[in-house]
Amino acid sequence: MSDQIALQVHNITKRFPGVLANDSVDFTLKKGEIHALLGENGAGKSTLMNVIYGLYTPDEGEILLNTNHGTNGLQRVNIETPHDAIRYGIGMVHQHFMLVPVFTVAENMILGDEVTRGPSLDLRTARRQIRQLSEDYGLEVDPNAVVEDLSVGVQQRVEILKALYREARILVLDEPTAVLTPQEVEDLFKVMHQLTDRGVSIIFITHKLKEVLAIADEITVMRRGKVVGNTTPSDTDEHGLAAMMVGRDVILWIDKEPAHPADVVLSVKNLNVKDDRDVLTVRDLSFEVKAGEILGIAGVQGNGQTELVEALTGLREIEGGSIYLNDQELPAVNPRALVEMGVAHIPEDRHKHGLVLPYTISDNTVLNTYYQPPFAKGLQRDQKAVLENSEKLIQQFDVRTPSALLPTSNLSGGNQQKVIVARELGRPISLLIANQPTRGLDVGSIEYIHSQIVHRRDKGIAVLLVSAELDEILSLSDRISVMYHGEMVATVDAEDASREELGLWMAGSHEDEDHDAEKENQIPVEQS
Amino acid sequence: MTTMATAHDSLTGEILRKFSRWMVWIVFGLAALIAVIVGYIIDPRVTAAVLASAVRQSTPLVLGAMCGLIGERSGVINIGIEGQMLLAAFIGFLVNVWTGNLLFAVSAGVLTGALLGALLAFMSVTLMIDQIIGGSVINILALGLTGYFYTAGLTTKGKLAPIALGPLAKIPLVGPVLFDNPPITYATIILVFVVHYVLFHTKWGLRTRAVGEHPRAADTVGVNVYFMRYVNVIIGGGFAGLAGAFLTLEAVGSFERAMTNGRGFVALAVMIFGKWTPLGSWGAALLFGLASAVQTQLQFGGKVDIPHQFIGILPYLLTIVVLAGFGGRARPPAADGVPYKKE
Repeated sequence: MSDQIALQVHNITKRFPGVLANDSVDFTLKKGEIHALLGENGAGKSTLMNVIYGLYTPDEGEILLNTNHGTNGLQRVNIETPHDAIRYGIGMVHQHFMLVPVFTVAENMILGDEVTRGPSLDLRTARRQIRQLSEDYGLEVDPNAVVEDLSVGVQQRVEILKALYREARILVLDEPTAVLTPQEVEDLFKVMHQLTDRGVSIIFITHKLKEVLAIADEITVMRRGKVVGNTTPSDTDEHGLAAMMVGRDVILWIDKEPAHPADVVLSVKNLNVKDDRDVLTVRDLSFEVKAGEILGIAGVQGNGQTELVEALTGLREIEGGSIYLNDQELPAVNPRALVEMGVAHIPEDRHKHGLVLPYTISDNTVLNTYYQPPFAKGLQRDQKAVLENSEKLIQQFDVRTPSALLPTSNLSGGNQQKVIVARELGRPISLLIANQPTRGLDVGSIEYIHSQIVHRRDKGIAVLLVSAELDEILSLSDRISVMYHGEMVATVDAEDASREELGLWMAGSHEDEDHDAEKENQIPVEQS
Repeated sequence: MTTMATAHDSLTGEILRKFSRWMVWIVFGLAALIAVIVGYIIDPRVTAAVLASAVRQSTPLVLGAMCGLIGERSGVINIGIEGQMLLAAFIGFLVNVWTGNLLFAVSAGVLTGALLGALLAFMSVTLMIDQIIGGSVINILALGLTGYFYTAGLTTKGKLAPIALGPLAKIPLVGPVLFDNPPITYATIILVFVVHYVLFHTKWGLRTRAVGEHPRAADTVGVNVYFMRYVNVIIGGGFAGLAGAFLTLEAVGSFERAMTNGRGFVALAVMIFGKWTPLGSWGAALLFGLASAVQTQLQFGGKVDIPHQFIGILPYLLTIVVLAGFGGRARPPAADGVPYKKE
């Protein structure tokens, strides 16, 4: 890191109809530093980056760039298209990868900046250049591989290489860790350091406080379109950052009374479930959840959690084993019966399975009860009862909306999730199954939803929490199980759990070696 | 060491994948070859005539399929091929009647197709109208215009005649089938290879496919999505126009109402069976062409005593069998038919 400035934005303002997305933002990036840009969803981070990358034109303000490597001369530049940004050495790794899945790595790399010989593409030279580049930066990747066959972590590496191929000196990483496993995050951090060692400057956009403190040299916090502060990891901590982000004190680690577990509510015995591709992804799983406790299931995404939750909520057929709710065996694949038996479900993907987005908030609050009185009278709906109920829930669960009759798609992610929570928790239940209940939400909404979950536990409801976020698991659970390749590899009391140990279990390494060696070689394929 | 191993694995994987992809064609090709040899031994004259007819009947289908596929490769579904062909056939015919110049006439046909392509691009790329509706508009427009302005009794001033390519045309069987054809049929065969080369081996092709698979990704590296789509759809329209010109100026020599007779839609089936590739579409079109030629031969050869309605089924029956049995899993471009909106 040096004191040379790589990029400076000055007084940037960007308005959208009805929103001031960036309000006179100033931001300075030094050469070779990792500069974290922190803020909640909708704080204006992405808008600012899109301005720098030429996807938006700012209404006011200017961008200054250090265009020659030697002197410290900053020059005002006009970046109107991504092409301009690339020309000025700015590369961006988007949160949703900008890779063509059916193309090879090499084809993706050269797209828009093709190497040609005569009229033909020169893929041989391109591959050689890519191999050279990956050697230079220590980013191993096979130029012939088809992108859709690669893991998410490797795809991200391709994205970074794609920027480097275009000789990027400034790299914008937009929420790069959102899709990665803890191990992949560590790898990414190593790569980031390798890049800064070679003089690349990095803007790291995130809302994860721990990561910022772990890797950033400099931190800029945004809130509601404005820069609210600059700091460094040594001058602050998680609480300080969270307070800056949200604008008030935030409870990151929920303060909860010890649990008082009572009768067993959910009992799962030798459960086997297959996924859509007919692969057994839940294998011989047995566990219990008692009234008044939270069982957290930790695990990297894709280790059978989705199928487990779908089986428990009646959305997927089971291959073997049994599920008992309050000593009653669950009927097969009948979600409505489960709802009536008092099971609440906060699904993993709120857009796909949680809400009908074009429907009003009011209609979404009765998706599972619309056919019952008081919401239905015979074959007719009672609109008034539905509306009254939803207005009550909106109040009770703090959904921020001007009206219950707006389409749910108009709400922010946090408020959409609150609508689901309101629907599921706003009626008498005995079991709550929450799958990734706070994914993609801002700190304020997370805090609220966490407090609601703990509140239900204290009222004697059994809670099964599934999450890939270790922080969430550690903060809420009374007991923690780790799922790996469809099996429960460990179950511990939350008090005895350490982050490191859970991380190891999640990655599939156990302590007892003999058993272990066998597991390592086992590939998750179908057993019949 | 590991890099080498993975590179090697992916290479063999690639070869295997390519092999299985072409397996269908290898089997078909061998079967066809054997059939042709047997046919040639039994009756050389009829076999040559049937094959030559197959090549010519496949011409409008390949052109239509290439119109469809370069549009869809860039992300625009074109179901207006039928209309583009029909209006181009009509305008080409009229220009021939007025000027008597076949070159002008063919150019007018191509231009008509391209203009309708521009109309489709405007509707689907700029106005973001549902592309199925945009295509239907073109079909209805062409049917209406040609029907309204059609005047019976217009006589053509000649049509494109076969050109024998010297000694090549003298080769037994192959000569009369491949080297004694009228110009548009030759042009089509050349175009198949040109489009294949452009689509898979040039910068333009890479960008076209990127825009049809993941337009935003292309946009972020500076590829102009709208421009790519416009140009591809317009060039595609030109292909459909050439197919229309083929019908009036090379095959029939006059215009009749709705004379495209569904070829624009069959071309779409050809495109899908050909898995959105020019060479695949060519193979598929030849198969359709062969089925039609065999059907005609059976009907008019008078050697079999089956009601002609049943023989007429042949090409369609073949379509069903082929699509159901050998089609395999074809995957359209991911952004096919999805208008692109900049953020």
